[in-house]
Amino acid sequence: MDFNDTAEEAAFRKEVRTWLEANATRKSDDKQSFRARNDDPELLKKAKEWQDKKAKAGYARITWPKEFGGRGASPILQVIYQQEEANYLVPLGFFDIGLGMCIPTMMAYAKPEQLARYVKPALHGQEVWCQLFSEPAAGSDVAGIRTKAERVGDSWVINGQKVWTSGAHYCDYGIVITRTDPNVPKHAGLTMFFLDMKTPGVEVRPIKQISGGANFNEVFFTDVRIPDSQRLGKVGEGWKAALTTLMNERLAVGLPSGGLDIDELMELARDTDLEDGPAIRNQQVRGRIAEWYVQQQGLKLTRYRTLTALSKGQTPGPESSIIKIVAAPKMQDMGAFAMELMGHAGIMKEDVPHAAGFQAQWIGGAGFRIAGGTDEILRNIVAERVLGLPADIRVDKDVPFNKLTRT
Amino acid sequence: MNFDFSDDQKLLKEQVRKFLADKCPTKVVRRVLDGNETHADDVWKGLVDLGVPGIGIPEEYGGSGLSPLEVCVVAEEIGRAAAPVPFDTSVVLATEALKLAGSDAQKKKFLTDLASGQAIGTLAIAEGPQPPKPRNIRTLFGGGRLNGKKVPVTDGEAATFAIVLANTGGAGDRALSLVLVDLKQTAVAKKRVETIDPARKHAELTFKDTSAELLGGEGEGWRLLERLYDAAAVYFAFAQVGGAEAAMWMARDYALQRQAFGRAIGSYQAIKHKLADCYVKLELARSNAYYGAMMLTEGGADLAVAAAAARIAATEAYDFAAKENIQTHGGIGFTWEADTQFHYRRSRLMALSIGGPMAWKDKLVTRLEQKNAA
Repeated sequence: MDFNDTAEEAAFRKEVRTWLEANATRKSDDKQSFRARNDDPELLKKAKEWQDKKAKAGYARITWPKEFGGRGASPILQVIYQQEEANYLVPLGFFDIGLGMCIPTMMAYAKPEQLARYVKPALHGQEVWCQLFSEPAAGSDVAGIRTKAERVGDSWVINGQKVWTSGAHYCDYGIVITRTDPNVPKHAGLTMFFLDMKTPGVEVRPIKQISGGANFNEVFFTDVRIPDSQRLGKVGEGWKAALTTLMNERLAVGLPSGGLDIDELMELARDTDLEDGPAIRNQQVRGRIAEWYVQQQGLKLTRYRTLTALSKGQTPGPESSIIKIVAAPKMQDMGAFAMELMGHAGIMKEDVPHAAGFQAQWIGGAGFRIAGGTDEILRNIVAERVLGLPADIRVDKDVPFNKLTRT
Repeated sequence: MNFDFSDDQKLLKEQVRKFLADKCPTKVVRRVLDGNETHADDVWKGLVDLGVPGIGIPEEYGGSGLSPLEVCVVAEEIGRAAAPVPFDTSVVLATEALKLAGSDAQKKKFLTDLASGQAIGTLAIAEGPQPPKPRNIRTLFGGGRLNGKKVPVTDGEAATFAIVLANTGGAGDRALSLVLVDLKQTAVAKKRVETIDPARKHAELTFKDTSAELLGGEGEGWRLLERLYDAAAVYFAFAQVGGAEAAMWMARDYALQRQAFGRAIGSYQAIKHKLADCYVKLELARSNAYYGAMMLTEGGADLAVAAAAARIAATEAYDFAAKENIQTHGGIGFTWEADTQFHYRRSRLMALSIGGPMAWKDKLVTRLEQKNAA
């Protein structure tokens, strides 16, 4: 057992380091992040420039086929690139959905001339993509969407509303799942399209989150007309296309990096004076620190097990399905606990060391437990796909969508 | 990145797994639980034939001289089967103690006998109520004679020798030494004690002017014990992971078969989420255990932290899987005839026998503080 690179990996890592050293600024410490809030237009501009640089050097999407600007290389090299890039102060996070989910869906369903038109600008950061799936009445049960697309001649007319659409306010294109046939059960009546976010009738309204940021949006469709050529997959086979997208989402969701963790919690516990002395000497505090450390290490090492499979050219086991189930509540609970150590001042947004960082975890954790699959849905997935337990009984499975009782 | 066992190690694991599935099904665990035998000697002899006791023992002492990784994969299978054999005591604790602190002569004598299966060793630390610590160990050793009482001692009857923590008269934690004692001599009284896990027999050992010898330096006992426990924590973690996995699948199989309110109980989210949590804890434990194994094999500086993390995660995973296995079974799971009890009992025994999670969490944070200060 070891954490070492193979010869090929080591050579690639060296090449990546050399390139990053020449093209980006190294972080002074590993807590620095450029991710910050992605509702900042300046940051978006910088992110686009960085993405273009990466794409030109062949680092933007290492696993993609060469014809699409990738290297046709193993996922382990993609991971190595990301590990190295994480040491540099570069703006990230704007293209993950587009390149991780939307474009792979396009690759599966769009026509060659469409791919020739859209893949390259997306890869180079010139055009940003979003995914228009969730709706006010369809979150975890995304097949329950109501946004309608009706065929009119050679076009489709879309009416309805999407929600939680990350980045829609700066995105140029999106993939959208619609209901084209309400007379059949819900999964059977869906169709997927892509569209220009500037098409008349598309209106984006940012949603202010409890964190104060506004990374996601409501998107309203009012008589939005798009040509049939923008359909992805067959009419009525939108669910199959959506699964392609969501499968890529599962690959895209990784561990949140940066942010405060055990080291800062221990520092805080050392500096906090409780009734019986420094908090770090208190057995309850020590117990919690130990539990979160074990989780943090467990996640990191579980990821290493997955990387081992990738490095050997094998399909990883299901172990990475635990990552978000553990990471999200840990973020929320550890943030709350750290704030408790600060006493009443833990609520203050200024002048209390580490307060802002742990508050951000406590707030962010609440969102992270929902985004990209709730804690509950992820447990269902583990139970069904890993343990082979039965899927939930779906009372709406065979009922035409327009005959469903809604309460 | 090569954070996995090798194909050869996986093959060994599979071999031991098949052997135990064949020779040590749950009815053997039950036979020992209900009966009088000190351990399942038929299973143990089979493991000896497979060379299990000598896996981690150097070739010069008759073992196969393999790495801790091979011992880890075997430990996982012993844990999966909840096998009633002196693996944790003899193959882990006694063998590791001798490797850690034995003189050449002691190694030659005891390790050779352990490897061949002629000897079974155990560790005798506790003296009844109160967790053992330097100030409450009353067993005395001096002038080659051991006096005192140790209870509970796992495999105290089956073992042919014991490594005993005894007071040798120094100050503070220097008061303690490890002492090797032959249990076949008449000056050792053995009495069986009832415990929560009758599938592993325990004894009270009384020493009265019993002939014994130091293992390691005088006054080094407490420190040696801490190092021994670090190695043991990793091996125990693998056994706990194996047990947790077995309990999880037992619960899952029952959840698929048992019907309530017109459907399999495994289709209800209350059960699905509980079993998903078993899996989550199991994987956290497995990953931490792997790192412990890696540090143990490399003799890495991170062993102290890695061993504690493995111990905490694995104890949590096994405890949780064992208790939720009973819960998933409902009433039948609480009966003597159900197999659920084996892992419930074993998980608690393993959680306590080398220090409980509370003590290990404290130890982990102390070690993190030392690591940060360094």
